[in-house]
Amino acid sequence: MPDLHTVGKRIPKIDAADKATGRARYIQDLALPGMLHGRILYSKYAHARIVKINTEKARALPGVRAVLTGDDIPDIKMGVYKDNRPLKKDKVCSYRDEVAAVAAVDPQTAREALKLIEVAYEPLTAIFDPEAAMREGSPLVHAGNKTNVLRMPWKLHYGDVDAARRAADFTVSERFSTTWVTHCCMGTSGAIAEFDPANHLTVYSNTQIPSLAQKDFLEALSVMGLKERRVRVIKPCIGGGFGSKLDTYAYEYIAILLSYHTRRPVKIEFDRTEEFLATSPRQPTVTYITQGCDRNGKLLFRDIRMILDNGAYTSWGATTPSVMMMPITTLYRVPNVRFEAKCVYTNNTYSQAMRGYGNPQATFAIESTIDMLAEAAGIAPIEFRRINANQPGDVSTQGLRITTCGLTECMDTVKARLEWDKPKASGEGVGCASLIHVGGGARVYKSDGCGTIIKMDDYGKIDLFTGATDMGQGSETVIAQIVAEELGLNVDDIHVIHSDTDICPWDVGAHASRTTFVAGNAARGAAMKIKARVLELGAKELNAPLEKLVLHRRHIQHLDDPETKIEIGKLLRKTHFNHGGQMLMAECFYDPANENMGMDFRGNMSMTYTFGTHGVRVQVDEETGKVKILNYVAAHDVGRAINPMLLEGQVYGGVMMGVGYALSEQVLLEKGETMNPNFRDYKILTAKDVIPIEAPVLETHDPDGPYGAKGIGEPGCVPTAPAIANAIYNAVGVRIKDLPITPERVLAAIREKKGLDLCGRKREADPGEACVIEE
Amino acid sequence: MSRDITFTFNGNLLTLTVEDHWTLLHLIREELGYTGTKEGCGSGECGACTVIVDGAAVNSCLYLAAEINGRSLVTIEGLAAADGTLHPIQRAFVDHGGIQCGFCSPGMIMSAKALLDENSHAAEPEILEAIAGNLCRCTGYVQIIESIKAVSGGEPEGPRVVAWRGDDPHPRS
Repeated sequence: MPDLHTVGKRIPKIDAADKATGRARYIQDLALPGMLHGRILYSKYAHARIVKINTEKARALPGVRAVLTGDDIPDIKMGVYKDNRPLKKDKVCSYRDEVAAVAAVDPQTAREALKLIEVAYEPLTAIFDPEAAMREGSPLVHAGNKTNVLRMPWKLHYGDVDAARRAADFTVSERFSTTWVTHCCMGTSGAIAEFDPANHLTVYSNTQIPSLAQKDFLEALSVMGLKERRVRVIKPCIGGGFGSKLDTYAYEYIAILLSYHTRRPVKIEFDRTEEFLATSPRQPTVTYITQGCDRNGKLLFRDIRMILDNGAYTSWGATTPSVMMMPITTLYRVPNVRFEAKCVYTNNTYSQAMRGYGNPQATFAIESTIDMLAEAAGIAPIEFRRINANQPGDVSTQGLRITTCGLTECMDTVKARLEWDKPKASGEGVGCASLIHVGGGARVYKSDGCGTIIKMDDYGKIDLFTGATDMGQGSETVIAQIVAEELGLNVDDIHVIHSDTDICPWDVGAHASRTTFVAGNAARGAAMKIKARVLELGAKELNAPLEKLVLHRRHIQHLDDPETKIEIGKLLRKTHFNHGGQMLMAECFYDPANENMGMDFRGNMSMTYTFGTHGVRVQVDEETGKVKILNYVAAHDVGRAINPMLLEGQVYGGVMMGVGYALSEQVLLEKGETMNPNFRDYKILTAKDVIPIEAPVLETHDPDGPYGAKGIGEPGCVPTAPAIANAIYNAVGVRIKDLPITPERVLAAIREKKGLDLCGRKREADPGEACVIEE
Repeated sequence: MSRDITFTFNGNLLTLTVEDHWTLLHLIREELGYTGTKEGCGSGECGACTVIVDGAAVNSCLYLAAEINGRSLVTIEGLAAADGTLHPIQRAFVDHGGIQCGFCSPGMIMSAKALLDENSHAAEPEILEAIAGNLCRCTGYVQIIESIKAVSGGEPEGPRVVAWRGDDPHPRS
């Protein structure tokens, strides 16, 4: 590839100066004239009948403009299964159920009004354990259903697992569990809704899916009797996404309904407690897994049964098995695979998408048992993985086509950079885990496309309108780099306009690590059209053959004679201000040639796959169970790093989120009620917990990616937990199968291994006094 | 109850009437209309609302507005020069990838500034201590720490930014 002048460079994020100066505007910073403030009253029970709601006193409070309950609103249905509504009617199914809402002149009055709403409940028997909820006779979360198990057919069997199991020389069977963790976006959720006199709606919202949110809100308007209306969705700067904003939520619809009732703009803004209580976490899983290999360490089969806690309603969390299938069928070469997942309604909070989309849970079980299998077969962990590594040109049983693949090189890099074989101190250990993730879009919706419009002005500058949504990852910068590269311009010459459905073309949303690949290809496609026109005009102006011209440093230039050139802006002005004048505009809608899954779940869901291996060196304190990370290496095959600085930022941030998932984070639900809705008790890592980390990048130049790039948004947090669990096993010989791996769990396992009870006493020695440990 | 207070706000003397129950964060965002200071939790756990009072970094969500009387307050809007030139710490955050979603950035930068104003050559342990109360969910802190080190001299070289610019005859890489 010829020299590139912007692609591959560490260019600062376009919006960084605005964010460094406090000029960037988030939903918290926006106010419209006459705006009211909405607040939501949540349920006091995990499961109860709503007997009566008295809103009279709230309505009478000065400054209150509207009070709504489930009886006051039309039957708007939300979520993937349409099993949820903005304000509940007759029954609540979890503590976060919205029971009533208020709009008032200021936030304080709205809070006061909520206290005046009287709700009479009749508690019902609730169910919180998904395995119990599956049993016959369990209380039903939704009375209309016959069972709490969702009717979703997550079931596949490729090859013959039973025969392979009989043929296997070594097999390992285990049970793993993961719990709720939450996104902890630093900017809390919020929306402003406003109707114009003709009832066209504008919604300013924290969303990763402006186009799909527009569709959801149009459907809501239709239910409200407002057909043939327009909806404009504008996404201001958002304080983090990580999957949390992949769906539309009750608070957005409530803002719309309150605005419709009051004829005023209405803003709903969550406080931190509400953010913990009323947003959707990553779904907990229970995994039963068996893997087997032959005597040479070749994987023969993988057999997995999984149970997901869906919570009371259904959002995208229930579809995460579709992504779990990718590592389950295709992380390493596995000829025989069986998988079944059941999503189960409970009276817990309902779960959603979170960075990795099911992949972290599946990879925790897979990569933990890969280590166990390697040990059973007497093969070193990295060597075992190398034997089974995916290779370019592979097609997995699920039909995933591996194009570029640097998995083996990632393993080698981890082994070298972590100094895997160097002597270890007592309590020190090393571990690794690999990952596969979609790197070339993911066809989970009817379209995986993104549109781009480019106009070039009289000065040779670009306004680019993209469907891509930036949530901090730097998509606008990457897009600008790609376009600048194509057109011989500076990144500063490219103005990227995004996240406004009135202005920008359609895009399915910022998910599946797809934006660099899909929006990047769309932007490049539009830029190539502009480039062809500019060269055509330049050939005429310079009287030179088209194939001899290049765009370079804002000029059209002759390849053999650099002095034969003209500034692009000057050429465009000549073209514009002339008889029969022209301006340069182009569009491109790029929809990758990936495939929806068929009935048997076969289908190449992504154009290419990102691979990686994480290796970690830990020190385990055998007295306290505390795990210290001494060194971490996260190697990824990224195709090409369009911007290494932003790419490293994705990996560092992902890994730190993964370390939290592995070691410290947990939403504590006690009979459906969140017990730790604050940063004191929900432990995300701080600067003092930062670990020594390296993020080596392997470039395999993917033929389908823009300048060879693959997606890298999610992988950083995918194999972190199993890498750490494997290192802990290597260090002290205990296998932790439940997340998070707290010091209590490690210590209990160490003591059990030594034949001690939880208090560290010989089991048989002192039968008298009971040992009680309070977690 | 309300009272009149006088204080220096980003270098300018200001006199106004505040309610006793207002927090400094409320005063800055809602009354003065400066929205660069963010509210991430409202209870002193996340540091997004960090501002500098008489040289010290404080959580403005826990600080009563009336207490600012007679003191000097600097918010994120007070850092860049009048002509828009970024403060060196802001510049470093931009150039070193210290900013992703940006919600924690103003508070993070203010904590860094309070540290470096007192100890311009702060080393890594002091940097970690100074920003330990500022949560960030995007970056994993790595590039934030690099950004601050670039200013404190904890990092040997200057910014690693390499971008060809039209007026630069010698593109770097």
